[in-house]
Amino acid sequence: MTTTAPVTDTVAQVERADRTLQVVLIGGALAALLPLALGPAQESVAIRVLIFALLGTGWNVMSGLGGMFSFGHAAYFGLGAYSAGYLLVEHDVSPWIGMVVGAVLAAAFGVVTGFLALRYKLRGAYFALATLAFAEMLRLFALNLDLTNKAIGLNVPLVRGSSWWKLQFPAGSSNYYWVGLGLTLLALVCVVLFMRSRMGQYALAVRDDEDAAASLGVDVMRVKLTTIALSAAITAVAGTFYLQYYLFVNPDLVFGNSVSIQAILPAVVGGVGTVLGPIVGAMVLGPLADLSAGLLRNPPPGLDFLQGRSGLDIMIYAALLILIILVLPKGLYGSARAWRRNRR
Amino acid sequence: MSAILEVTGLSKSFAGLHALSDVSFSVEQGSILGIIGPNGAGKTTLFNALCGTVKPDTGKVLLRGKDITGRSAHRTARDGMVRTFQLMRPFATMSVRDNVAIAAQGKHRRAAALAHADEVLKRVGLADLRGVQAADLSTAHLKRLELARALATGPEVLLLDEVLAGLVPAEREPVLELLLELRASGTTLLFVEHVMSAVMRLSDRVLVLDQGRVLMEGAPAEVTSDARVVEAYLGGGFSDAGP
Repeated sequence: MTTTAPVTDTVAQVERADRTLQVVLIGGALAALLPLALGPAQESVAIRVLIFALLGTGWNVMSGLGGMFSFGHAAYFGLGAYSAGYLLVEHDVSPWIGMVVGAVLAAAFGVVTGFLALRYKLRGAYFALATLAFAEMLRLFALNLDLTNKAIGLNVPLVRGSSWWKLQFPAGSSNYYWVGLGLTLLALVCVVLFMRSRMGQYALAVRDDEDAAASLGVDVMRVKLTTIALSAAITAVAGTFYLQYYLFVNPDLVFGNSVSIQAILPAVVGGVGTVLGPIVGAMVLGPLADLSAGLLRNPPPGLDFLQGRSGLDIMIYAALLILIILVLPKGLYGSARAWRRNRR
Repeated sequence: MSAILEVTGLSKSFAGLHALSDVSFSVEQGSILGIIGPNGAGKTTLFNALCGTVKPDTGKVLLRGKDITGRSAHRTARDGMVRTFQLMRPFATMSVRDNVAIAAQGKHRRAAALAHADEVLKRVGLADLRGVQAADLSTAHLKRLELARALATGPEVLLLDEVLAGLVPAEREPVLELLLELRASGTTLLFVEHVMSAVMRLSDRVLVLDQGRVLMEGAPAEVTSDARVVEAYLGGGFSDAGP
């Protein structure tokens, strides 16, 4: 047989992955210009979008690409936030270093808890419940340990002016946006490279049929744990960024179940298992979150009873989720992509 | 010629039901062993126990003289013994080509794995469908995909679980040719099959299982003329059914 056919085809496949990379990089470059056009209020919405995007991208690796449904990504998010917070508050360590430490710790936590859950063959809903339990365990630790300052949480000591080393900028600075954007792009590039790699291909095969994968020589446990580690690390980075943006964390804010839900939403809304799905989902959810917060702060006439209440955002998410699952089960981006493929 | 696979006293029970009891046999390198027996005789369980999909209760499996009893499925595959599934188990969201490339990746880097996958696909006659998503394939094509994936691992011992089932006679012929080609290139084959004409034509030896036990083992002609086999497997009507 000739080798020309496979070679050109290999190129075509790399090209397809490269196209996703191109979209990411060009989209990123355009997004970097946004602060020039946005006011401070809109910019804070954009930063919310970026936090959603990072969180959702992390969840999507383990649950969308890896097929292991997680209901406990708050564990990794919180580890990222608390690791950086603790090192900064207690030892004056730069949050950049804290970010790396948090990502490593979260990956290690994911590997250990993932091993325990998978070792005992937990699947589907049972696996999801185990991840929920592990996240709750960390929340209770954070709530009761002096190390994490119990229920009070950690306040990031303020610096004068802006400091890249301390990852802290005055209110209204666009630097937060650019940092968040850079981290999100980095995460996306990692995901694309992962999917192109041997390990990433194994992850998809294991998701589709793990017995068949094992019978072809794929070490299923190793593939699953690697996928979890990458997912946890990306999510932890989101946690550190959250800490530096809000300058405050407590157990409920970062280890609470609502974080785990917010990790699931962007991918489900945008398209589970697609690289760009969580980004599209985040662009829907960020503004929605802001809208609901605004409604609670200044309710329109006739809805005065909303004043000062909480939980409206969760109700809106729930309604949106039901709508998406009914109408576009593949998510916004996933459905659009499927529609375009079918037309060709 | 020496035995590449030696099985001694292999047993496996499920909740008191003896799926396999005291199964022993050996296979020469580069030969074809046909495995026959009525439904529920333990053929698929035998494959599962050999390949680490289930752990045998007792007994030993030696591959090239090395004890691999109860080893996990992926390690058995890496040691060179690979099986196909009776009910096809494709990676449904992936393309035909990526399905095969997954198998080839154990020994090749990604780009080489894709090239190797194309070669194997050509060999089993799926080259035209390589871009199709596996979920969209017909049964006959899925059977071939199952075979292609196993081949792409470059196995020394290949265990085929009813690769001909669901194929019309015209579709069987190229598969049979392929199996003979594999034997000629030194691959050892074990195949479970209900299509008797194929068993008779391909097998160097035939192993007959009945209720989890080895009823007999011998050359194809010996087996078909054995009264016990005719009784157990063919219900006495073998001479009428014809090979």
